[in-house]
Amino acid sequence: MRTFVAPGMGTLLGAALLATALGGAAVAPALLAQSSAVDEIAKYRAALQDGNPAELWEARGEGIWKQKRGPKQASLEQCDLGLGPGVVKGAYAQLPRNFADADRVMDLETRLLWCMATLQGFSDADSRKQLFGNGNERKSDMEAIVAYVTSESRGVPMNVGLANPKAAEMYRIGERIFYFRGGPHDFGCVTCHGDDAKRIRLQDLPNLTTKEGAQKAYTTWPAYRVSQGELRSFQWRLYDCFRQQRFPELVFGSDASIALTMFLARNANGAPFDAPAIKR
Amino acid sequence: MNATTKLAVTFVVMAMVGCAMGPSKEETAAKASAMLKTSFKANGQAGLDRLDQDETQRVCSALDGNAPSKEVAERIEKLNLATIKDPADGKFLGDWKNGEKIAQEGRGKQFSDDPAGPVGANCYACHQLAPQELSYGTIGPSLYQFAKLRGYGVDTQRYAYGKIYNPDAYAACSNMPRFGHNGILTEQQIKDVTALLMDPASPVNK
Repeated sequence: MRTFVAPGMGTLLGAALLATALGGAAVAPALLAQSSAVDEIAKYRAALQDGNPAELWEARGEGIWKQKRGPKQASLEQCDLGLGPGVVKGAYAQLPRNFADADRVMDLETRLLWCMATLQGFSDADSRKQLFGNGNERKSDMEAIVAYVTSESRGVPMNVGLANPKAAEMYRIGERIFYFRGGPHDFGCVTCHGDDAKRIRLQDLPNLTTKEGAQKAYTTWPAYRVSQGELRSFQWRLYDCFRQQRFPELVFGSDASIALTMFLARNANGAPFDAPAIKR
Repeated sequence: MNATTKLAVTFVVMAMVGCAMGPSKEETAAKASAMLKTSFKANGQAGLDRLDQDETQRVCSALDGNAPSKEVAERIEKLNLATIKDPADGKFLGDWKNGEKIAQEGRGKQFSDDPAGPVGANCYACHQLAPQELSYGTIGPSLYQFAKLRGYGVDTQRYAYGKIYNPDAYAACSNMPRFGHNGILTEQQIKDVTALLMDPASPVNK
């Protein structure tokens, strides 16, 4: 999958070389070249939408979901994702939520770990062995199952509830974590995602403090990342944001990861879920 | 109404008000801080102490991304201004060519980075600088022609150096890292980046 052609990238390189050749003698050509570079990236993104390798992860995930596995030789088909045992359709659009049996607010990935433990008898260490895939070297079952389950909510409007007091508290804490600035660089989520129309280098950044921005961003994760040849879950998205924030390592399925997911998922309410998507 | 009844009524009213308002932002922030400490693990150079906020970080986090009030801004700026150490040799400008390399370098301080370096400033992630570099971000303002527009004098040099050393000294709760104060860049690196902004020969000023 790494051999994906990047249409327009040649033109982009051309624009960059042209500008370098000009040596920045004047501002106008540089600005012109940059706006054309941004146009070319938009074309590249549009071209990506034609075929999404995420389908391969979805199919593999469905297989794993239905396969008898673990010490108890059970499938995940009786896993309750919030809409009752075995109901996958539309379940992701209502996560995270409080689960009475676990007495804990859970996102999809945490709930999958729970089902792997309770239904299949996997130890926590075993179910955490390959949470993220490593290109073509080692695939992650977790990312495949996430791809399958989320694909079953495609087109379903986001509908995350806060009627449960624990869910409401997780939302409030998630909001504070969004604005929490720390580490050697003083970075928080808000540093990059608190304003409209900002970029890092040429990468557009969604403003997650607006309903529109949260909806557009949240409903397009998980995503197949062309640059990594991997399908990435929302847990991975948060893990890698915090890495770049210069924070320590976010623990997969930790309460802070669920609180932040709750804050963003709830803010996306009303928008139709549209993932797994494909991104740069 | 006797004293006991009065007291009871007061408690009921307080409880009702408390329910209607929910927990305060400070209470929730304290819970968030505690939750963060149990949700991360140390990895290489990134220890859990990175989750301990100093006063500037704590005050700025409570603003929900909004600008601080005049009083808060003055207090934070004063606090941070006091941290700036001028270069030992009194010269603010280093080598702009090296400054350009530091401005391009995105590595440093992530748990995935080699603790032995390199550590860059990654200026282009957020700012336009030399016009030859088209791949620049827009979180911060364009710095193209920084000194050409502001003058090449020593006061502007000192300001540029101080702004890189600790931007919160000039703009409280700035998005920009406090490169000197937090030990991200060395004094020489800050001088080199200052030269990228201030040297008449730098492409930034062409």
